[in-house]
Amino acid sequence: MNWNTALPLMVLGSSLLPGLMIFFLSEEHVVARTSLNLASAILKIVLIGGMFWGMLHGHHYESRLALLPGLDLVLRAGPLSMLFVLLSAGLWLVTTVYAIGYLEESPYRSRFFGFFSLCVTATVGIALAGNLMTFLVFYELLTLCTYPLIVHRGTEVARKAGRTYLIYTIFGGALLLLSSVWLYTLAGTLEFTDRGFLSGLDTSLHPTLILIFALLIAGLGVKAALFPLHGWLPLAMVAPAPVSALLHAVAVVKAGAFGIVRVVYDVYGIEFATDLGLTLPLAILASATIIYGSLRALFQDELKRRLAFSTVSQVSYIVLGIAVAGPVATIGGLIHLVHQGVQKITLFFCAGNLAETLGIHKISEMNGVAWRMPWTMAAFTIGAFGMIGAPPLAGFFSKWYLARGALDAEQDWVILILAGSSILNAAYFLPILYIAWFKKPPDSWPAERSFGRNETSWALLIPTVVTAMMTLALGLLASAPFSLLEWASQIVNRGFAQ
Amino acid sequence: MNFPTGAGTDHCKRMKLLPMELILGEVPWIVVLIILPLTGGMACFLFPTISKSLGLLTSLAVISCVWGLGWQLEEDGAQRYAIGGWGAPLGIDLYADGLSLVMVAVAALVGLGISVYSSSYFRRDKANHFWPLWLFLCGALNALFLSSDIFNLYVTLELLGLTAVALVALADGSEALTSAMRYLLINLMGSLFYLLGVAFLYHSFGSLDIAILAQRVEPSPAVWAAVGLISAGLLLKTALFPMHFWLPAAHASAPAPVSALLSALVVKASFYILLRMWLEIFPIVGISFAQLLGLLGSAAVLWGGIQALRQTRLKLLVAYSTVSQLGYLFLAFPLGMSIAWKGALYMLLSHAVAKAAMFMAAGNILAAGGHDRIADLSSITQRLPLTLTAFSLAGISIMGLPPSGGFIAKWLLLEASIQSGQWWWGAILLLGGLLAAAYVFRVVSHVFTQAEATHEAREVPARMEWTALVLALVVIFLGVFASWPLAMMEIGSPFGGGS
Repeated sequence: MNWNTALPLMVLGSSLLPGLMIFFLSEEHVVARTSLNLASAILKIVLIGGMFWGMLHGHHYESRLALLPGLDLVLRAGPLSMLFVLLSAGLWLVTTVYAIGYLEESPYRSRFFGFFSLCVTATVGIALAGNLMTFLVFYELLTLCTYPLIVHRGTEVARKAGRTYLIYTIFGGALLLLSSVWLYTLAGTLEFTDRGFLSGLDTSLHPTLILIFALLIAGLGVKAALFPLHGWLPLAMVAPAPVSALLHAVAVVKAGAFGIVRVVYDVYGIEFATDLGLTLPLAILASATIIYGSLRALFQDELKRRLAFSTVSQVSYIVLGIAVAGPVATIGGLIHLVHQGVQKITLFFCAGNLAETLGIHKISEMNGVAWRMPWTMAAFTIGAFGMIGAPPLAGFFSKWYLARGALDAEQDWVILILAGSSILNAAYFLPILYIAWFKKPPDSWPAERSFGRNETSWALLIPTVVTAMMTLALGLLASAPFSLLEWASQIVNRGFAQ
Repeated sequence: MNFPTGAGTDHCKRMKLLPMELILGEVPWIVVLIILPLTGGMACFLFPTISKSLGLLTSLAVISCVWGLGWQLEEDGAQRYAIGGWGAPLGIDLYADGLSLVMVAVAALVGLGISVYSSSYFRRDKANHFWPLWLFLCGALNALFLSSDIFNLYVTLELLGLTAVALVALADGSEALTSAMRYLLINLMGSLFYLLGVAFLYHSFGSLDIAILAQRVEPSPAVWAAVGLISAGLLLKTALFPMHFWLPAAHASAPAPVSALLSALVVKASFYILLRMWLEIFPIVGISFAQLLGLLGSAAVLWGGIQALRQTRLKLLVAYSTVSQLGYLFLAFPLGMSIAWKGALYMLLSHAVAKAAMFMAAGNILAAGGHDRIADLSSITQRLPLTLTAFSLAGISIMGLPPSGGFIAKWLLLEASIQSGQWWWGAILLLGGLLAAAYVFRVVSHVFTQAEATHEAREVPARMEWTALVLALVVIFLGVFASWPLAMMEIGSPFGGGS
């Protein structure tokens, strides 16, 4: 056992072990729990940083455990894994700070933070998975760990949302299991490889491969909230705000989208998938989801519900970028994986701040709220403009690369989708901004809590502002060396034949 | 086939070994495994005051004997031991290969859990009855897994059945007595069918030894009759749909540790005999019978799952889940390839551990709240976090989700079903998993309500909570460290070579 085989396991363990320890802490041990949480989140980032540094210097990180004959549990650090793992670990840290502030004084905190840590463990496992089976193991683990968070409040509505979530995800998991085993019997391996491992199979198997692809997308599409499998996501917004952040930005939805990237790139290989004619239907599905999600978002008065439908729409940009099947569009999809996460988490933090501080849940209650909570609403404004795709924010670059990529790949219709979606984005975000900044505030808020001179508690405000700054930074520093953009370009170069 | 006899082989090699390894290699663990629990049972009967310590000690000793046997098998391959040096066809042979080893290991592991759990569960007066019976049952199980003689199997089957019935009757109340009575009748009927089949075989081929029969047996009406009778008897005891009708009542009305051992071990014993016969003697019966077993298994998976969903009492839900899970084991018959057998055996292994944990958890809930109505669980579950964790973890394996033993089993069976082109068995596997998820979460969702306690709960001993949890953790580990048990199954290649 040396560093190269131990590090991926340590990255996994840095949230698994603290998570398990937290379960055994009683409710009163606030200090112990908080320090354990923060220490493990920071340790994870340090470990990932070390792994990243090592990778740039030519080290190869891989942990293996034999599971079945010919099939191992594999954790491996690669460029694509690092992209996702850094995103989730980074956002986990801010979400942990936020959750500590948000759940102050509420019951069952040990249970909450325990499962919270397990969720991140599962996400890291998904990111580092070196073959489809390992991916499946952690994907299912994620389902099991998020359920307790969704039903955390224990109300009838929460339990119903949890039930719906399970019905969708367990069904999706079954499809994923079926297709993984099927692929294994055909190919004899499930190891993720650049440009896929299926192109060598006999042509008579191609119809089967197409069917398996459909099953895989259906299985992953549940978590990625692809239309018509998105039904659980808007319901799940009954969960506490940090959980929404986890669902929408850090873990669940991302895991689905990331899985689709893996399947298209490292299982089928983008060229082989295009040859089989799989990418166009996928692009159409993603486009339908983009438009559908935005249209539904327009008519929601509840803030979190509007944001949820916006996620349905935005996550499909990632899928669209992959499915357009050109290098530039793929860069757009990959950077959107990060951009959407950072922007959406900001928006959900803001929604949580409004609900916790003033008791505001509906958009119609937000009149003039920006003057009561300027920092929060400034962050919200940045997030919203990012989502619309206004330069120089992060979201602009996603859309720019998607559009250019579509033109390169001679799929001009995608431009129409992007334009239409941006108009819809503006149509459901700008009214919120208008109401919040320009309308007259009411005499009293639904349920106001006072935090002295501050607009809300520090633990809630700092994460919000930090993620808003990240949205700005990702846009402003897009062309700096070592930027996300450069990194995504490198990943893409590995996937396409030179 | 090559059968190294336990004693006296390869002395030169042994001389070089360390004393420790010499002991491990020379002791006939295969016999000790049978004698030890029977002696322990006798001792418990004679000295009731210390029966608890004796029982725990015996269970621990059995585990170490299994370890010894495993070491021997690892070194020398499959073992055949002639009792008293007579050997088949005159005397009685014991035989151990990977299949037996796995069964004995599960029995020892779950057995230890049951012993620890029972040491806190039973009151004094019940304990005096429980320990001798339980250790006899333990000995009967080991003897059954290690016999290589179909009549000997009958004897062990009877001993197993009788001790099990007596254990069911340990519960108070007329309901328990009725179901014990019914269980007795079913057991006797099953054994009778089996014995008739044995008589047919003995009459036709003049031997009772499985290995000898395997060489001699050839298609004839007598063999068909024997196969029919033996299978009918064993299927009745294994509670394969539609012969499962007796199981829920018997398993649900017994005391918690007894429910655990019935569901985890006793039903598996008759399945083991069927599997052994199928692999050695029955290959000639052909495909249609295998298809029938697969069909009944599928019906069991679905019917058991649906019934489990409809139950209002927790123990009945868990019992119907057993009916459903037993169905999976029979899906291996129509698939008939090595990975399918391994999958079924892995399913058996994980189900044994998981179901024991589940019944113990149900027992804890019953002990704490005084009832096990699923609709009113909220107020109890809040106060038993460890127990509910155990139930949920065991539930992961029952649903077949990773990481758990049930997932590995499902993967192997699914692989076999796709490889052999019989995808419909795979569909049953997936459907069964969905049903299982539905009934497991019906219970688990009660953890997450914030209901107020309606009445004072009784204390549950920590030992009972932890035993359930440790067993549930074992089944999770089975999903991560699968290569070791899978390699263990290969010893003596009981499932034949090839894929």
